[in-house]
Amino acid sequence: MKLELRGITKRFGPLVANDGIDLVVQPGEIRALLGENGAGKTTLMNVLYGLMQPDEGEILLDDNPVRIRSPKDAINAGIGMVHQHFMLVPVFTVAENVTLGTEEVRRLRTPALRVGSLSVPELPVPTFGLLDRRQARKDVRELSERYGLAVDPDAYVGDLPVGVQQRVEIIKALLRNASVLVLDEPTAVLTPNEAEDLFRIMRELRAGGRSIIFISHKLKEVQSIADDITIIRRGKVVGERPPNTSDSELAALMVGRSVQLRVTKEQARPGDVRLSVRDLTVTGDRGGTVIEKLSFDVRGGEILGIAGVQGNGQTELCEALMGLLPSSGSVLVDGKDISHLSTKERLRAGIGYIPEDRQEDGLVGDFSVAENLILDVYDRPPYASGIAMDLNAVKKAATTQVADYDVRTTSVETHAGTLSGGNQQKVILAREISRHNTVLLASQPTRGLDVGSIEFVHKQIVAQRDSGVPVVIVSSELDEIYALSDRIAVMYEGKIVGFCSPDIPETELGLMMAGASADAAHAAADAPPPDGVTADEAIELPGASEAEEPTP
Amino acid sequence: MSDQLTPAAPATPEAGAPAPESRSRFRLTGSVIIESIIEGSPVVITVLAVFMALVISGLLIVFSDNNVLHAWGNFFSTPGLALSMTWHSIATAYSALFEGAIFSPSTIGAAFHGGSIAAIFYPLSLTAFEATPLILTGLSVAIAFRAGLFNIGASGQFVGGACVAAWIGFDIHLPVAIHIIACVIGAIVGGAVLGWIVGELKARTGAHEVIITIMLNYVMYQVLTYLLSSPHLLQQPGQSNQIAPPIDSNAIFPHVGGPPPQANVGFLLALAAVAVVAWLLSRSTIGFQFRTVGANPRAARSAGMSVERSWAMVMLISGALAGLAASTIVQGGGPPPPLNVSIYGTYGFDGITVALLGRARPVGVLLAGLLFGALQAGGTVMQAATNPQVPVDIVEVIQGLIVLFVAAPPLIRAIFRLRAARGTGMEAVAKGWNG
Repeated sequence: MKLELRGITKRFGPLVANDGIDLVVQPGEIRALLGENGAGKTTLMNVLYGLMQPDEGEILLDDNPVRIRSPKDAINAGIGMVHQHFMLVPVFTVAENVTLGTEEVRRLRTPALRVGSLSVPELPVPTFGLLDRRQARKDVRELSERYGLAVDPDAYVGDLPVGVQQRVEIIKALLRNASVLVLDEPTAVLTPNEAEDLFRIMRELRAGGRSIIFISHKLKEVQSIADDITIIRRGKVVGERPPNTSDSELAALMVGRSVQLRVTKEQARPGDVRLSVRDLTVTGDRGGTVIEKLSFDVRGGEILGIAGVQGNGQTELCEALMGLLPSSGSVLVDGKDISHLSTKERLRAGIGYIPEDRQEDGLVGDFSVAENLILDVYDRPPYASGIAMDLNAVKKAATTQVADYDVRTTSVETHAGTLSGGNQQKVILAREISRHNTVLLASQPTRGLDVGSIEFVHKQIVAQRDSGVPVVIVSSELDEIYALSDRIAVMYEGKIVGFCSPDIPETELGLMMAGASADAAHAAADAPPPDGVTADEAIELPGASEAEEPTP
Repeated sequence: MSDQLTPAAPATPEAGAPAPESRSRFRLTGSVIIESIIEGSPVVITVLAVFMALVISGLLIVFSDNNVLHAWGNFFSTPGLALSMTWHSIATAYSALFEGAIFSPSTIGAAFHGGSIAAIFYPLSLTAFEATPLILTGLSVAIAFRAGLFNIGASGQFVGGACVAAWIGFDIHLPVAIHIIACVIGAIVGGAVLGWIVGELKARTGAHEVIITIMLNYVMYQVLTYLLSSPHLLQQPGQSNQIAPPIDSNAIFPHVGGPPPQANVGFLLALAAVAVVAWLLSRSTIGFQFRTVGANPRAARSAGMSVERSWAMVMLISGALAGLAASTIVQGGGPPPPLNVSIYGTYGFDGITVALLGRARPVGVLLAGLLFGALQAGGTVMQAATNPQVPVDIVEVIQGLIVLFVAAPPLIRAIFRLRAARGTGMEAVAKGWNG
């Protein structure tokens, strides 16, 4: 089915989210929609899916104009959508989830409704009867086989990994006969391998004649999967490019100026060890260790990147370092043990903390930008004396910081929740690094951010390093690990399987992320010997056999 | 992540968009007012909710009036009569309500002919008297709301405060001013301890405050009943009924408006409490901490705040305010309302509706408390002034309807065809449930 959007304009008050957008998607095409956060990609898709009505413009399917007033219209017209946040019921099985809303029913026939020769017409009751689970399971299995989705129809959705849940969403759309599939930032929640799987599935779907609109702000992905790329900036289509267009050209179109894709940094000049972690152990909620005897040192003026597939204890590591999770072992900052201090005291000791989930842990969405900027220093001078707060000082400091960190907001009174992701992160960054830090701990500092914001955040982090602060970066994005780290530690199942230098080949790092020790990974990758493993490594690398043992 | 998933997001300024500074401040203010009316801002919704509640209660008044119903039975022969009687019935009731609660024109005339000038302010004084405990219990519930807790237990904390105040009031004998202060402090401590228990239990065990407070309410009701039936405790000697002895005259609040049931010092205490709570919430580190914990406990924790300590502290303050409310009743003077569960148990629950109506903002609570106080004060006058009697219970219907409409802004928007607002301000209130 050919989909065409013509002159779509959507306004929110004075803001034009979509400004005369034209888009043609041919059958069997993967069309990437590339743009920064806030460029209007999601608004456009919400218009297409009937969640919003356009102020101007029309939607054509196979050259016939259609009106889509609700998601139901969209589904009937053959448009399917996989949202960023899945709409699934965790306690239902895949088959149950997939049929939700369109349950196939085997009607209970009641012969008694026949009166003489007259047959009573079917009663206008809501479809009532036995759920036809067999049919649903068959459908799921069929689709799963045809497109290589590997989804078990009887598995409970809550037990499935995120990547598989996403496929359940795709099956849902396919079962409703979607010939145009919209994937809204589908890789944001996936590990690199899961993303690869998704791309394979997308290619299969394309081969089956379905068209896909792939929304993303990640250049690499778009280049590798799309047949054609439409770039949107500030609600307007600013260009269409083939997938072999260079990174820098795409980035420039997206941001509106040329950007540095990889932050240029000078060689690190590591000083003394300033952060030292010894035998850090965190016990999980259900017993068992989430982090086991983790030890590492970070020198002043050095960035240690902690790589690993998400869910291998990185979150717990950060929380334990901040005193948010109870842990044993010791954490020394400049020689002083801080492992018995509360979170507040650790912040006071000069640890800057950029949490993994900025909306849940980093910000209060209902608070103003100014209030968010003092979230962890609200009770310190000059913002407070005794219990009285000086709101003028708060506002003044906020105004300066908003200017210094280029936070795009109408005023410091604006609610932080209404800012774009990049600007929210800048608020957190401003709060955490504008004071004098002894350590900077940043977890997934650029997750979900657009190219321009990533550049800004990376520059700021490197600037912290250059001022002599020991920096710990936790990231599941390899690009980020490579771009920032002076040294890489790889975490797997709560342990550090090894340290390596940032010039380690990606395949080797990938093997380590799957649990192989540095030596084993190196041997397996059959690459030249790593020249970067720093000589001053304070700990022994765990053996390969140990690393492969599953943690209970 | 999502660029514009909800209509709220478009407030995001696009990167580099020029700030709208060119507009004059005056025009900005004007357009904000108009916007807020069209979109149904919280204040507009509340006013319309009060209006709708009065309209529906008006219908109720008409339907409960046999004469009017009879006139409607003959509508086709005498349509004018039916309409005029309907109007008369509603107008009489509501004007009596107004005169009883705010001001009665006849008192001005009387004042010119040698009557008392104080009589002009008599209805307002009554309203203030009725509003006093409502404002305080409303503040009690509101401050807990702001920290993300739903304090259903203002009722029990009120009873706890009342027990302590009553006991100090009759069992200990002190000079005038000191006795008053002792009673007030006793009431505050009584309520605060109960509130703190709730906060501490939640902080230490994670128990849900709604469950704890409901259960503690029952505990306190039974404790009060027990105290009242134990002669050496709170029961008046020589009585077989559950009646507490009257408290010392030294412990009674001085009048402000006039003799009871007119405003006393308690009303000034309530006003002061509004000011203190407002300051605490908006301009103190403690309030900042409460609000952060209420809006996003995880962010609060990451920022080094102790969420648990905030819970304990806000419940302590919440309980203290409920206890203070109790002291204004116990020490209110005049014929003391008998200290029993059926009367003393209700104030705390009214506090919940007042806090909801006031949207958990101190000034909102003050206004909501005054409104409910006015309805209470006027209701009694209305009942007396109407024939056939419009029962005072209609006031409770009005109160209930107001809260119903306020709690369901889409209903009001649908009735008055307002555009959907960006936020209703009820989110903070609703959060109390899932804490």
